[in-house]
Amino acid sequence: MSAVSLPAARDPAALPRLGLAAIALLLLWPGLRITEFNPAVLFESGNAATMGRFLSQFVPPAVAPDFLLLVGRATLETLAIATLGTALAFVIAFPLSLVTSQSLSLSAIGPSRDAGWRRALRYPFRLLLIVLRAIPELVWALLFVRAVGLGPTAGVLALAITYGGMLGKVYAEIYESGSNRPARALMEGGAGRLQAYLYGLLPAALPELVSYTIYRWECAVRASVIMGFVGAGGLGQQLELSMRMLNGAEACTILITFLLLVLLADGVSALFRRLLA
Amino acid sequence: MKTLGIATLLVIAGLVWASAAYLGFHPGEIFDRGSRAGMLVYAAEFFPPDLSAEHLGAIGKGALETLAISAVATLLAALLGMLVALPAAGRFGLAARLGARFVLNALRSIPELVFAALMVIAAGLGPFAGTLALALHTTGVLGRLFADALENTPREPVEALLQAGSPRVAAFFYGTLPTVLPQCVAYSLYRWEINIRMAAVLGFVGAGGLGQMLHVSLSLFHQAQASSVILGMLALVILVDQTSAMLRRALASVQQ
Repeated sequence: MSAVSLPAARDPAALPRLGLAAIALLLLWPGLRITEFNPAVLFESGNAATMGRFLSQFVPPAVAPDFLLLVGRATLETLAIATLGTALAFVIAFPLSLVTSQSLSLSAIGPSRDAGWRRALRYPFRLLLIVLRAIPELVWALLFVRAVGLGPTAGVLALAITYGGMLGKVYAEIYESGSNRPARALMEGGAGRLQAYLYGLLPAALPELVSYTIYRWECAVRASVIMGFVGAGGLGQQLELSMRMLNGAEACTILITFLLLVLLADGVSALFRRLLA
Repeated sequence: MKTLGIATLLVIAGLVWASAAYLGFHPGEIFDRGSRAGMLVYAAEFFPPDLSAEHLGAIGKGALETLAISAVATLLAALLGMLVALPAAGRFGLAARLGARFVLNALRSIPELVFAALMVIAAGLGPFAGTLALALHTTGVLGRLFADALENTPREPVEALLQAGSPRVAAFFYGTLPTVLPQCVAYSLYRWEINIRMAAVLGFVGAGGLGQMLHVSLSLFHQAQASSVILGMLALVILVDQTSAMLRRALASVQQ
């Protein structure tokens, strides 16, 4: 770059920049070796021809009626996986968020006999939430495909677990980020914790809870397509099949459908969130 | 307001019910006594994880491969992204801007795993396919972010250099790059974090790294080995999160 050719006296930035570039190259070199980085592979006659044939089939996309029907069914399946997965995730997340949130802590409002073990009880549930969301949904999907067989059920369960972990954590954070005065006042007045939650916390937190859940549903649509690649049903499984059979026209149609679906989910989610605000 | 809320709840319940019906999802059937026992047996086989020295060595190699895939891909994407970001930020006219933005959007909206499946066709099984796949998607993401950063950067330093007779390339390197570089580095580091997670699972379609190991050991019904690969993935992700947080703190203190 031009920094190199200028004398150092005129360019105080040259040395650090050259040093950074050298470090980057040094770090990169073993990386290139490990990743078997070799662009020439792409242009080997066999690979290039296969890829060329596959890509050239993309135009025109497949529009045979029975194939479109198949894609339509797979799209509905993907939407159903995302919806059911998010719903089950909510079922997992909601109670866990109540248990792990500090906002509903009775011991925080005053001395209580069993504060110690109540606080201790919160940690295993926190750990559970961490474990649920630390393993990517694709790994869960791979495991469930082996446990319950190929098909949408594996995708639904994988989504429920990972998103359950994420929703649970975020719900608890939403409760804690808002004012806990109303809930605390209710508890100090002798209300039970569930009452304090329903009348003290929920009203203020509800819009944010709903908005985040809808956003997660949108992510779930994308995730359920991707999980199809390991056999968890829906549009992704069709795409994987078409790609494995090197059917470019079908792959193109499914890709377009996928992009439209993501756009749709995006729009629906944005619309709902705007309605809420 | 209350009736609206109840109506919304009913609609959502209806949609969830319809989804379950469409998928033929019966929790009772999945978790009935027979299959529950089968699942428990399957889950029990994951314990204890295989921690033999030989297998741990293989995991270490796989983790290194995953790390290399993500690092090379992110760097490649940062370079390519910057190249495409220049026209996308409108430096070469409106037509180039629209064209470059379209390319970036297309790259961004196709998931890494789809690219990986494509690249396995183009480059064969192995880490190179994963690197290319990750680089393509990340180029779309970083290019868009870089372009926005370029568009938002003040024009005055470049104008001053250009009017003083500096060539365009030098004006870019000394007028624009210094102001956008910290932002670009921060974006790239952030993206690298995400890419390590992605690189760990891209192997499911044959694109190398820990994912390929996990896929192979699950396919061979080596559950104990699979569970230690999963533990390896978790360790890798935690390590990277910590390192990245440290780097970012260091970067922030350097800038001050």
